[in-house]
Amino acid sequence: MRRFTELIQKLEMSNKTNDKITALVEYFNEADDMDKPYVIAMFTGKRPKRPVNTALIKQWAIEQSGIPEWLFAESYHSVGDLSETIALVLPPPEKSIDRKLHEWINDLSALHGKDDAYKKNFILDSWNSLETQERFIFNKLISGNFRIGVSNKMLVNALAKQSDTDSNKIMHSIMGKWQPADITFDDLIQGTHVNTDNSWPYPFCLAYALEAEPESLGEPNEWQAEWKWDGIRGQVVKRNGELFIWSRGEELVTDQFPELHFLLDELQDGTVLDGEILSVKDGKVQSFSTLQQRLNRKTINKSQLEEAPIGFFTYDLLELNGKDIREESMASRREKLEMVMTTLKTTDVVALSPTVPFNSWDELAEIRLSSRDINSEGIMLKKRDSMYHAGRKRGDWWKWKINPYTVDTVMIYAQKGSGRRANFYTDYTFAVRDGDKLITIAKAYSGLTDKEIKEVNSFVLKNAVEKFGPVRTVKPELVFEIAFEGIAESKRHKAGLALRFPRIARWRKDKKADEINTLDDLRQLLQSTL
Amino acid sequence: MALINFTSKGIYCKQGDFYIDPWKPVKLAVTTHGHADHVKWGNDAYLCHELTKPILHRRLGVDLKIQTLRYNEEISINGVKVSLFPAGHVIGSSQIRLEYKGEICVVSGDYKVEYDGISTAFEPVKCHSFVSESTFGLPIYKWQPQEVVLSGIKDWISDNHDKKKTSVLVAYSLGKAQRLINGLAGYSDIYVHNSIANLNEGFINAGVNLPETIRITADTKKDDMQKGIVIVPPALAEGRWIKNLINPATGACSGWMQVRAGRRWRSADAGFALSDHADWPGLLSAIKATEAEKVYITHGFTATFSKYLNEIGIAAEEVKTQYGNENDEEVLETASEEPKIESQS
Repeated sequence: MRRFTELIQKLEMSNKTNDKITALVEYFNEADDMDKPYVIAMFTGKRPKRPVNTALIKQWAIEQSGIPEWLFAESYHSVGDLSETIALVLPPPEKSIDRKLHEWINDLSALHGKDDAYKKNFILDSWNSLETQERFIFNKLISGNFRIGVSNKMLVNALAKQSDTDSNKIMHSIMGKWQPADITFDDLIQGTHVNTDNSWPYPFCLAYALEAEPESLGEPNEWQAEWKWDGIRGQVVKRNGELFIWSRGEELVTDQFPELHFLLDELQDGTVLDGEILSVKDGKVQSFSTLQQRLNRKTINKSQLEEAPIGFFTYDLLELNGKDIREESMASRREKLEMVMTTLKTTDVVALSPTVPFNSWDELAEIRLSSRDINSEGIMLKKRDSMYHAGRKRGDWWKWKINPYTVDTVMIYAQKGSGRRANFYTDYTFAVRDGDKLITIAKAYSGLTDKEIKEVNSFVLKNAVEKFGPVRTVKPELVFEIAFEGIAESKRHKAGLALRFPRIARWRKDKKADEINTLDDLRQLLQSTL
Repeated sequence: MALINFTSKGIYCKQGDFYIDPWKPVKLAVTTHGHADHVKWGNDAYLCHELTKPILHRRLGVDLKIQTLRYNEEISINGVKVSLFPAGHVIGSSQIRLEYKGEICVVSGDYKVEYDGISTAFEPVKCHSFVSESTFGLPIYKWQPQEVVLSGIKDWISDNHDKKKTSVLVAYSLGKAQRLINGLAGYSDIYVHNSIANLNEGFINAGVNLPETIRITADTKKDDMQKGIVIVPPALAEGRWIKNLINPATGACSGWMQVRAGRRWRSADAGFALSDHADWPGLLSAIKATEAEKVYITHGFTATFSKYLNEIGIAAEEVKTQYGNENDEEVLETASEEPKIESQS
């Protein structure tokens, strides 16, 4: 595990993609062959079932470190990561063991079904044999949740470089169904398992946000415009009499969307569609909050099916008659897609995502302003002569989103941040006016400069009214403009509604607390999106 | 009556009529060490350790009334016996011991208990009341021994040399810089920014034995710096100057680097948990060694740390001070001092 720990340290030691790729290449050159598939599995989010629950791990760590529970909680708040907090508060190890990563993983998975005393003995003994950094890795292995700033694309690029293999082939090969225990590193890289399984999806082609003016893209007629939908990116794969639906997170979500199962009968074998999973009622796209009721559910009941019916808006065709057509031009793929769609007998659930005709960038800019009327987030621009890239590649696909919603709020609570920010009040809660009361509407952490954070910090220190543990109630004086992507009803929030992706747009030093928005303003906005 | 009071100007000893590390101008400022959050301009007179004197001159100008003491040397101010004991924080840093009619109080300023090879080692002083910082007063802060951290830094430098990168260490001009210079001497040539070179000069003139370094000037060659080690203060960490070096890799040296979130917050490439403040076990051992009946907790995790001390049976109280903003100083001091580098291409 030392070599893997070293890899994690190297990955964290640079902010530059090239350095990270170099670290990965070095790792895959030097590491134990049996370890490698486990590392790929971890970095691509394939999680083993957690062998010991978090509450127990936490309890044992508190016991071992000899600190009170409240102090552990404050430490956790400061660190922001449980595995790391535990690694840091434990006393130094008394022994040292170096075992291979896959041996640790297998030992952990062998804990399933054992009693708590046995598990505790194993965990404590392991903690006592590992240095702080290794303990952190070990704790991450228990939780299975390993997010370390390595994107799939970065991992694939490193593997491609290390093995001198085409990156698309590797991306294809590492996505989907395989178990690190049953596959060798070479087989995984060569993708020998790929053809035996019908489910394999293609890597999604991703778009960059358009920050410049669209004029910079050149002639309008070189571009295809579509609406940008606010749903879940999905890939529908039909091969050899089987249907699979993949989400952007490379998860199989086939069972979650029974409305789309008719495609098994109506699509030809060897067809792969790319598009957006949305909630669609009477041909109209519903807001993301409606769709949300249907996401990540193991079972779906009848009322959910009625309230949030699913549709699929398709905009690309990746495979036709079993042939990969991603290298054909967008224009050609679109033509073939339109042809495929005419063969469907059911026409109200799966539809062609319409293109938006336009003659000039000004005209398109005008059309884009009406996006919200149809629950779209803006415009997608795709170069007509472009191929379907694997992952994100600058230049051919752009998302031209409309500006976010904004609301003026006042800060009412502040809490200290984590890590280096532990000395500053950086986490704020904001309220809008409801009659003569203030009502909480959002919590946000980011959006201010370091200088502004310091300024707000000194305001909080001088104007704290009450203490609730780490939270300070402050005089409602500072006005902030909050940007957000959507609004939904919410029974969990006192305001009865919740904002999606709230963040601080700017500090409105020019406004006073009596000039902020009201809850009614937000209710009206909610009504207009339903 | 208590020997010290926490007032709006600073820590005040009424019996002796002087302040310790005041943040507003007073007649006599007894000074623990030379960091800007502990030394302010405008006091009529200063009393400090002899090695803090060159720092005060450098920071506040030459026209100052400064009286100096050595460690363990005692003087009397209006009947209060005042003496200095090493705090181990930076060169010259002192704990101020006050004694009046058998009552002893120690104000420690900033301190660390591990010997860093260059600042006189921390010495516990028995007292009735003790004023302690709590910058790293959480149990997640436990430092590795200095040689382990330094060997990590050396590995990083050697890897940078292999990859033709320039190693740029970011460290406070006063304290961390001298500690790194001492710890990395002989490993590779060390190039230092003006603000660090100036302080070093002051120390060397005052008789401190510091290894040789090279002051970065307009004539310093980028190629040479790539093959050596560059040390700059935090104010330069994110500026153009570093970007102009050959493949710069930055390494931040600070206790905050112990936590991954701390490393991400700084835009440095690498983070090394090298601190001039006491860690959690260090704070606890130092406080216990004083056998103080009352402990006052200044800057840092004041609320958490004093709550914990009370739980383990040490009477502690959090006090408000204006210490703990070492970062600000560095910005003021060096913002206008970017050395120019000769272009190589």
